[in-house]
Amino acid sequence: MSFTLILEQSLNGLQFGLMLFLLAAGLTLVFGIMDMINLAHGSLYMIGAFLAATLVQATGSFTLGVLLAIPAAAVVGMALEITILRTLYARDHLSQVLATFALILIINEVVRMIWGSDMPLSAPEALSGPVQLVPGMPYSAYRLLIIGVGLAVAVLLYFVVTKTRIGMLVRAGASNREMALAMGVNIKRLFTLVFGFGAALCAIAGAMLGPIFAVQVGMGENILILAFVVIVIGGIGSIRGALVGSILVGMVDTMGRAFMPALLREVLTPAFASAAGPAIASILIYVLMAGVLFWRPQGLFPARG
Amino acid sequence: MNRALVFGVLVLAVAFPLAMRSLDQVYYVTMASRFLIYALAATSLNLVLGYGGMISFGHAAFVGAGAYTASVMIVEGLPSAWLAWPLAMAVSGLLALAIGAISLRTRGVYFIMITLAFAQMIYYLTISMKAYGGDEGLTLTQRATVGFGLDLKDDITFYYVVLAILVAAVYLISRLVDARFGRVIQAIRENETRMEAIGYPAFRYKLAAFALAGALGGLAGALLANQNSYVNPGILHWTESGKLMIMVILGGVGQLYGGIIGAIGLLGLEELLANHKIGWLAAIYPNYQQHSLLAVGLALLAVVLYAPQGIAGLFSRRGRK
Amino acid sequence: MRKPLAAAVAATSLLLAGGACAADKLKIGFISTLSGPSASIGVDIRDAFTLAIKLNGGKLGGLPVQLEIGDDQFKPEVGKQLAEKYVRLDKVDILTGIVFSNIMLAAVPEAFNAKIPYVSPNAAPSPLAGKQCNPWFFAASWPNDAFHEAAGKHASDKGYKSTYLIAPNYQAGKDSLAGFKRFYKGKIAEEVYTKLGQLDYSAELAQVRAAKPDALYIFLPGGMGINFIKQFVGAGLSKDIQLITPGFGSDQDIIRGVGEPMLGLFDTSHWALDIDNPTNKKFVAEFEKEYKRLPAVFAAQSYDTALMIDAAVKSLKGKVEDKEALRKALKGAKFESTHGPFKLNTNQYPIQNYYLRVVGKDAQGRIVNKTLATIFKDHGDAYVQDCPMK
Repeated sequence: MSFTLILEQSLNGLQFGLMLFLLAAGLTLVFGIMDMINLAHGSLYMIGAFLAATLVQATGSFTLGVLLAIPAAAVVGMALEITILRTLYARDHLSQVLATFALILIINEVVRMIWGSDMPLSAPEALSGPVQLVPGMPYSAYRLLIIGVGLAVAVLLYFVVTKTRIGMLVRAGASNREMALAMGVNIKRLFTLVFGFGAALCAIAGAMLGPIFAVQVGMGENILILAFVVIVIGGIGSIRGALVGSILVGMVDTMGRAFMPALLREVLTPAFASAAGPAIASILIYVLMAGVLFWRPQGLFPARG
Repeated sequence: MNRALVFGVLVLAVAFPLAMRSLDQVYYVTMASRFLIYALAATSLNLVLGYGGMISFGHAAFVGAGAYTASVMIVEGLPSAWLAWPLAMAVSGLLALAIGAISLRTRGVYFIMITLAFAQMIYYLTISMKAYGGDEGLTLTQRATVGFGLDLKDDITFYYVVLAILVAAVYLISRLVDARFGRVIQAIRENETRMEAIGYPAFRYKLAAFALAGALGGLAGALLANQNSYVNPGILHWTESGKLMIMVILGGVGQLYGGIIGAIGLLGLEELLANHKIGWLAAIYPNYQQHSLLAVGLALLAVVLYAPQGIAGLFSRRGRK
Repeated sequence: MRKPLAAAVAATSLLLAGGACAADKLKIGFISTLSGPSASIGVDIRDAFTLAIKLNGGKLGGLPVQLEIGDDQFKPEVGKQLAEKYVRLDKVDILTGIVFSNIMLAAVPEAFNAKIPYVSPNAAPSPLAGKQCNPWFFAASWPNDAFHEAAGKHASDKGYKSTYLIAPNYQAGKDSLAGFKRFYKGKIAEEVYTKLGQLDYSAELAQVRAAKPDALYIFLPGGMGINFIKQFVGAGLSKDIQLITPGFGSDQDIIRGVGEPMLGLFDTSHWALDIDNPTNKKFVAEFEKEYKRLPAVFAAQSYDTALMIDAAVKSLKGKVEDKEALRKALKGAKFESTHGPFKLNTNQYPIQNYYLRVVGKDAQGRIVNKTLATIFKDHGDAYVQDCPMK
């Protein structure tokens, strides 16, 4: 186990974590501010990816296609909020679960009607290969770009949430919604805006991950569960929690897959290790979540007292 | 729901297989058994979700544990239902007890997610359980035996056994929710702090309800494994937990018959859309069956928007909100 | 609450009453995965099957076909329920269509118990080839291990000294790597089992790079394969390590999802677009004309399934009521398959050729698989001696 291998796996964990963060940030905002469980968040991620694939094909430019897909997905998200989701804020969590589950089914089928089951989306030519980070360790240039975009969005979010008026309203909404309402915040417009913002973050994640994951119907469901795990670990409504949670999940998952089988082989018989290794690596993040909730039932950074 | 209606439905349910046999359509009896088994699973979930207010997103783990226990007993040559089914309930109940003991420390969404986490762990463990089929699942060469000259391989007999168990379970739950235990559970749902303050150990009551629901879920799992003569890890997947939850919400949360109505409603809708060509729908969109999930989605959305108390709420004035 | 059901029952029984006495029909129950992430395979299988019937004037073996199509939703229990419905309610003559082996293993006992032939257009698991072989099971595709065995043979022939193996952590994954190892003589660098449905393979790719193998063999069906191949090329591993996949892991459905990074990949299959015989030429041309896309290997298998049924029913002169006769006719069915010579072994699994293919561009600039060489001639499977059938 060399130093470069550990370094490479850390980068992988960071990259996966940052992408989860893009999904989790939107989810935790919607959850924290509107107190709404939105299972259809993964569908917005799928829509973002399909839009990006289409627009990249249409414009012939990866950058332009992705940049156009982000506002387009935000528009879809806001339209969804205004037509359907808005009526669900006043309802209990169970109704929200049922309604947004119905939305997953509907959106999946509509996407299949429009685009078919899958779309190709490749990394831009210049970034399709590896770059030499340190001697003897080539690393995928595109994954470096993902890390860069993820970090940039995290910094941007931090700035927006802590330094701007919108951010202040968002924080007010997340920590005490009734109070924010009483203070005269235009909650309706804020909600639509936050939702559109969440959808835009989803689209960034969908578009950036498209070249390394399959752009296909149902891609949102798998990653949705991970995003939920992240925000629960981090504490619902907390952007900081989402960031810490994402990187934790990304690291634990990657490291578990990379080193768990070899580690088990040191202590167990090879036959048992090869059977148990993958199983343990698969459940590691759930063990992490159960552990965090056992010690801190409100997650690592509870947003409200 | 009033007594006459319940009695009428029960008579129909008892007469159904006989009618199907005379029409030579026994296949529909098999299908009805499946609906009733899901009705039992959804009803058991409704106990924690509706009456206890605990939104468990991991109920499929208990159903799955029961199904695997019953299947493993058959594979290992101990097919007696009198042994296997109580054991399935015990395994699922104990599993629920352990998971509940940890999960019930959390609340709200955290509770939803921690139950999901445990269910996922068990799902991945079953996949890697190579001795019992792993991902390929386990095909059962026979169904459980019950004695008394009854043969569960006969689909009509099996249907009546399932029906009897469902009726017994619903009766048990109806007595339970009106007894002290049920009153306390429902009061805890409404205001846990107050119940604690007047001296009820809320945690223990909730845990007891959670374990009981797990055990009933395990029984439904045992029946399901026998019905299919097959079990695979898919029944523990989180989407199955979601499906059971949707049945409960669709039927009516905290309504005695909510689980039954929801299960039959959802499965019936799926069956109707997927396997029976509906003339007017086909006239609008010839390939609609390829997108039947779209119709399921629209129907669910309509229920949320226009029938907030679920289908049972449309019949009942005893809505809970 | 039973009303809709009762209405459905009444409606269906009316339908049945109308068709029950007409023995001049071939009823086929067709179960496939038509929704969800893996739908593209099931859709290919369905489309090729209906195409074969259409090209035959709506008939197979001279009998008009009544095709009942059902979607198993990628769930074994749903597949089983559909089999139940087709066997018990619709009383079909033949059952076919299932994509995945776990779904098929759940569903076929229904056909076996009722003595109805199941002709498999895809899944052909090893247990049913050996000890548990069944007179009512026919594979028109290829034995489960065949592509993997061919890949192992190719890797040996090519002189790769060490090969790294990756498959999902489930039974089919383990079987596939066992098949590869059966014909591979070099060193196995490492054997890695990943989570089923895994999205990100960066951790595994880093381990592969550290191990420096000559070749990498992956068995990652569907979306997993799309993700893996994209990430493999992105990590720059394709320059030093030759990626090899089984044929279904790099056919048109995967190519549609991955695109250019697929170029230069080697795979093994019993069929390719460019296999030169009249059946295949007609199949490929008509398929493209009808559906505006190129068929994947699954489609070819399904087309062969329809041809096999056609030949069998024709030899019976349409008398399909005698199930035993139908079974024998299927066993002896003679037809020109899409990939040339085809015959059934004693376990009713095919004996056929397997080819090495490479992903490249055709004359029109489309990305396709091209045949390079024959790896196995008249190759059967390793389990046939365990099968008591003669």
